[in-house]
Amino acid sequence: MEPNEIKERLKIQRHPMLEQEPKERVKNFFEVPLGYTPEVAKEEALRCIQCKKPLCVSGCPVEIDIPAFVELIAEGDFIGAARKLKEKNALPAVCGRVCPQEDQCEKMCVVGKRGKPVAIGNLERFAADYERERGEIELPQILPDTGKKVAVVGAGPSGLTVAGDLVKKGHKVTIFEALHAPGGVLMYGIPEFRLPKAIVAAEVEFLRRLGVEIVCNAVIGKTDTVDELLKDGYDAVFLGTGAGLPYFMNIPGENLVGVYSANEYLTRINLMKAYRFPEFDTPVIKGRRIAVFGGGNTAMDSARTSIRLNPEKVFIIYRRSREELPARAEEVHHGEQEGLNFKFLTNPVRFIGNKEGRLEAVECIKMKLGEPDDSGRRRPIPIPDSEFKLHIDIAVVAIGNGPNPLIPATTEGLDVNKWGNIIVDNDTGGTSKRGVFSGGDIVRGGSTVILAMGDGRRAANAIHSYLLNGKK
Amino acid sequence: MFTIVEKKVLSPGVFQFKVLAKKIAEKRRPGQFIILRVYDEGERIPLTIVDSAPEKGTITLIFQQVGKTTTLLGGLNEGDDILDIVGPLGKPTHIKNFGNAVVIGGGIGIAPVYPIAKGLKKAGNRVISILGARNKDILILEDEMRLVSDDIQITTDDGSYGKKGFVTQALQELIDSELKVNMVLGVGPIPMMKALCEVTRPYNINTLVSLNPIMVDGTGMCGACRISFDGKIRFVCVDGPEFDGHRVDFDELIRRNRSYFREEKAAMESLTYHEGPRCYERFES
Ligand SMILES: Cc1cc2nc3c(=O)[nH]c(=O)nc-3n(C[C@H](O)[C@H](O)[C@H](O)COP(=O)(O)OP(=O)(O)OC[C@H]3O[C@@H](n4cnc5c(N)ncnc54)[C@H](O)[C@@H]3O)c2cc1C
Ligand SMILES: Cc1cc2nc3c(=O)[nH]c(=O)nc-3n(C[C@H](O)[C@H](O)[C@H](O)COP(=O)(O)OP(=O)(O)OC[C@H]3O[C@@H](n4cnc5c(N)ncnc54)[C@H](O)[C@@H]3O)c2cc1C
Ligand code: SF4
Ligand code: SF4
Ligand code: FES
Repeated sequence: MEPNEIKERLKIQRHPMLEQEPKERVKNFFEVPLGYTPEVAKEEALRCIQCKKPLCVSGCPVEIDIPAFVELIAEGDFIGAARKLKEKNALPAVCGRVCPQEDQCEKMCVVGKRGKPVAIGNLERFAADYERERGEIELPQILPDTGKKVAVVGAGPSGLTVAGDLVKKGHKVTIFEALHAPGGVLMYGIPEFRLPKAIVAAEVEFLRRLGVEIVCNAVIGKTDTVDELLKDGYDAVFLGTGAGLPYFMNIPGENLVGVYSANEYLTRINLMKAYRFPEFDTPVIKGRRIAVFGGGNTAMDSARTSIRLNPEKVFIIYRRSREELPARAEEVHHGEQEGLNFKFLTNPVRFIGNKEGRLEAVECIKMKLGEPDDSGRRRPIPIPDSEFKLHIDIAVVAIGNGPNPLIPATTEGLDVNKWGNIIVDNDTGGTSKRGVFSGGDIVRGGSTVILAMGDGRRAANAIHSYLLNGKK
Repeated sequence: MFTIVEKKVLSPGVFQFKVLAKKIAEKRRPGQFIILRVYDEGERIPLTIVDSAPEKGTITLIFQQVGKTTTLLGGLNEGDDILDIVGPLGKPTHIKNFGNAVVIGGGIGIAPVYPIAKGLKKAGNRVISILGARNKDILILEDEMRLVSDDIQITTDDGSYGKKGFVTQALQELIDSELKVNMVLGVGPIPMMKALCEVTRPYNINTLVSLNPIMVDGTGMCGACRISFDGKIRFVCVDGPEFDGHRVDFDELIRRNRSYFREEKAAMESLTYHEGPRCYERFES
């Protein structure tokens, strides 16, 4: 690119996405950012200076050819851009929305060194939406049948990626999913206003059209064991079962009516659509004063979901300070706009109930930050005699999830670490058991959609060579 | 997919379905359950697998109409499909030869007791059954239970059949008799299970109960089904449904099962009734 053109391009300011007004959006579950128009997308794409050695790509766990797809948008070839994305990423409409871009691709973008980085995530979302909404989805080439069969356990982002990659390579793929709907956390965890479920459904439908068979209502370890799958003619198995075991805080009163795990709260509302009760049958208790405990994405999602159920107040109670909040900055910002009340340096001590066993209040204690702990973050320590009572009728515990022990407990010879995560070879995703591979949250503990997909890609490559030459 | 091949009315508001579910029919063991969803907007509810016929690929479900989902389920007929069925879930009953096994079923609880009684009988136990119901008309599975029991006692609250009184009295009499009771298994309304645990506690008799908390996923993912067991959290869907009854906090379970009484009432009121085959229909606004 000519130096002059670079100069011109660097003058363009980053285009924010239009959003629903906070006052409006807290009354609905529609998506918050409204997307780019084609004109704005082209303008934004022009901000990319087409680096010879694009650093942004090294920040993307699946190494999307970012300058190439961005340039296609700049040229107005939106469908071409979508196809470019799909060469590396099976779920661009999802990643464009939920990737923590500020820590990944956009963090590395050179344009961001002086001003704001190219809005890679927004552009990715735009191209993927454009293709989907036009219905011009092209089926990629599928290689001739290899005669090999693969079972994928769990239809979250890691499993969907493995399935898509392997079916294109000519293998027969069946996904087994425990719930009645595929998508994993994309379906039951991340709320509609951040990731519309219709998008997840469209991505899953695309896999079906590629020939992936999806069997819902199949709990592996119960309906079939991994060993039975291997015996029943599957040549390899991928375990992408996620981190779906909710942790509780182990404080008194945690079983009072009105205390939810974030998983239950979000599953009721997202997967079972309790926000549309009684049109949908599954209820959720609508609180007047709701407190969410934790500071990650799950806590933010629980709190922002709560505020859409029209309560008086929603608190986020976090034991460290604002600086340590693990949630994405954008989500915290959105939450604040929507009126969340943050209570930092505060920890619950016990829940207090009424005669009927329903939650009435939480007793909390104030904290201060001490020396850094193993994770490098300053350890919160309680301040003596600083207890206080907060009246609440709903509590959502969002302090993290562990791996579900069901599969390790029913699979001979599958090694796990002391937390129960499946141990894999870093290059292949191969487990201690021959023919069994794994990736995503069941291996990493809680992480991100794109890392789970990266694991899926890695495992798919390893499974492919295992199937062709018997080596992991 | 999950087609209802046989429907029977066992007593008013209590139905028995045989449903095609080949995999589950092969896999299931006594004590396990399924979760089903009747239609797209529907709730996921757990029901015990009462029996199965692997050669026909069917499982038997027995349920009582208590709220919206079970009411709509009861409105389905032979040939209709159930949208989703997942299972077998939960741990199977630990079945071995205990010696003298007393199994107690109260009301609809007789349905989950039956497969366990059958398993205990097969394992060589002397099975003594106590069945309780409010009155004669709503007693279910009497013939089936007789077939797997060495001895059977029936109690009704109003004395319309068997002995007048509660299953706990019959249990107390058994314990007071010559018989050495090696284990007790009881399923029924939570207050009944609580009461029978109080009967056996002084004698230190191994007492199992099958718990019925509110569930969502049934795979250990949500924690809706949690109970206090010796003061610690357990998930009934994966750690149960059977527990040592002497260590369960029943009062908490009763309170938790009432979590949604307001919403359940609203849901029922949204159903409309009319004459005809599918007599309950979802209210379309
Ligand atoms: C509320 C919430 C918000 C999040 N927000 C973000 C975000 O904004 N950006 C981001 O990048 N990441 C986010 N994450 C993290 C991200 O969603 C996960 O890292 C990712 O989904 C992991 O993918 P996975 O494929 O490993 O498993 P999952 O998505 O957990 O899927 C696992 C699937 O396996 C199924 N399964 C489990 N056991 C069995 C079994 N025995 N048999 C059959 N099926 C089984 C489950 O039902 C599930 O469908 C969020 C997570 C949560 C909970
Ligand atoms: C492991 C297990 C096995 C069971 N086996 C049987 C059986 O064989 N036959 C039978 O008739 N019943 C059984 N039940 C109870 C059955 O699940 C409930 O009667 C049913 O869910 C009621 O749903 P509803 O919409 O008709 O009623 P609702 O109006 O929703 O509820 C009525 C009552 O049922 C309970 N309940 C509500 N929702 C759920 C839910 N999602 N999961 C569990 N309980 C709920 C609550 O205590 C509630 O007060 C079992 C429950 C469990 C946990
Ligand atoms: S997948 Fe995620 S990290 Fe990669 S380019 Fe897209 S938004 Fe960035
Ligand atoms: S680093 Fe930034 S400017 Fe360079 S190619 Fe990537 S997106 Fe474009
Ligand atoms: S029903 Fe969700 S964990 Fe048991």
